[in-house]
Amino acid sequence: MAFAAFGGGGAAAAVAEPAPLKKGWIAIGLLAPGLAYLALFFLAPLVSLILTSLQIAPEGAGKGEYVQAFNWENYVVAIQSYWPHIIRSFTYALIATLAALVIGYPIAYFIGVTARKWPMVQALTLTLVIAPFFISFLLRTLAWKQILGDNSWIAQTLHGLGWLPADQNIVGTPFSVIFGLTYNFLPFMVLPIYVALERLDRRYLEAGNDLYASPPTTFWKVTLPLSLPGVVSGTLLTFIPAAGDYINASQIYLGSPQTAMVGNVIDRTFLESQQYPIAAALSVLLMGIVLVIVAIYVRRSGTEELL
Amino acid sequence: MKLSLGKWLLPLYVALALIFLVTPIVHVIIYSFNDSRRNNSIWNGWTFDKWLGVCDAQGICEAFGTSVAIGIVATIIATVLGTLLAIALGRYRFRGRSSTSLLLFLPMATPEVVLGAGLAAQFLAVGVPKGFWTIVIVHALFCLSFVVVTVKARVASLDPALEEAGRDLYGSARQVFWRITLPLLLPGIIAAALLSFALSFDDFIITKFNAGQVTTFPLWIYTKKTPPAEANVIASAIFILAIVAVVVTQFATAARRKRLGITR
Repeated sequence: MAFAAFGGGGAAAAVAEPAPLKKGWIAIGLLAPGLAYLALFFLAPLVSLILTSLQIAPEGAGKGEYVQAFNWENYVVAIQSYWPHIIRSFTYALIATLAALVIGYPIAYFIGVTARKWPMVQALTLTLVIAPFFISFLLRTLAWKQILGDNSWIAQTLHGLGWLPADQNIVGTPFSVIFGLTYNFLPFMVLPIYVALERLDRRYLEAGNDLYASPPTTFWKVTLPLSLPGVVSGTLLTFIPAAGDYINASQIYLGSPQTAMVGNVIDRTFLESQQYPIAAALSVLLMGIVLVIVAIYVRRSGTEELL
Repeated sequence: MKLSLGKWLLPLYVALALIFLVTPIVHVIIYSFNDSRRNNSIWNGWTFDKWLGVCDAQGICEAFGTSVAIGIVATIIATVLGTLLAIALGRYRFRGRSSTSLLLFLPMATPEVVLGAGLAAQFLAVGVPKGFWTIVIVHALFCLSFVVVTVKARVASLDPALEEAGRDLYGSARQVFWRITLPLLLPGIIAAALLSFALSFDDFIITKFNAGQVTTFPLWIYTKKTPPAEANVIASAIFILAIVAVVVTQFATAARRKRLGITR
């Protein structure tokens, strides 16, 4: 199944001895088309983005007209104007990732370890976990907007109980945005952890038990370390899209102007006000920060082989 | 005592989490039967009319068709290029192998909005008008890495003895590839293609940056702000089809494992 895609660190568990790597010119033929595609449509656009971020508007230029320069000032402007959005993006993404880990790890453990004896239960749970993938991202987010909306029974009940002030809504707050991010990227958290736990040898747990370790100790000393590659790829697969997302945070969906993330700003400055250099500078900053975080995190957790 | 509590706690927690996962999906499906006028956020009674006249909502079926067409073309490009890359990475030793892996990992580590803005900036700089083909190009790009990971896992689990047997029986390199390697890789390739199509079909952020005047299904929903029930009909129909397919394959696999007595 496609779950292998989310395996992360060493998910490609070889059933048989892997074939010895061959040397050959064929490899170049196999690589050339894919690498050319990546060079043309991934690396070149990144260069374009950096160049765009240094452009400057000439005297008397119309909307969206810029010329190439080395105007580093754009970055200063971008940071000065939008630093709250940048910080907000990473804060929301971090909280959503932690929430997804807390919700997702037990699900993954249940499917990968507890339910091993019952393949049907395993199959059913796994299907429910990936179910959100098959329904439109926008519609499922809109569904939450209605479920949590001002006239929904959830909001009414919370108002009735006095847990939510009468003038306070759920939708349009940081809570609802983080809630949406957690929901939408939860399957990305569960699948890699499940793949890692599915390969866990139960005898290790029995060994822990035989050596008089309590179940929590066995979990912390055996299960968790062995599932760590899954946790690392799961947290990355949740954190990266969450940091760049702007659907949940947009006003039409679960957000408000006060919850705008850096993605919302890039969308607005690029596609509406056509301030290409500012949008590009923000994109470069977003990508740079994400890459630094990923590099530190991957190195720290000791699972460098991610692909 | 502690053990029995623990025994119940996990299934209960998982059951609650699964309800959380399924709630908005059920909501979307129920509202596909809503007898609504324009605003589908207010419940107005059951009807089957929206299912019978899906295309009544203006532009929805064109958008759906566009999304399917883009999904198919992008999937073909990503699957072919990705499979070749996966075979090269899984089977060959060459200089720059680890940098190639890194290069393939990078698009997955790039936030969608950056990929979208980057390509849009590129198309702008080169002067390519945005439209159907620019969407296809971006979709194939972000699907490519996922194809490589999926197929590479399959390449790694391939038993080389099978290919050796083919060569021992005087199969030419070409015969061994077409008759042994490719059929064995096929499940991985199909999984990768399905994943690509799903990713492409539902993509919004990257598409919005590179669509120009073309409207895909997600873009159509976005422009509506409160989309009509017909959107729910299409989403529900796709969901039901996909779930049926998944359930059939999952349970077939589970049943086979049970029959063979594989417990893990």
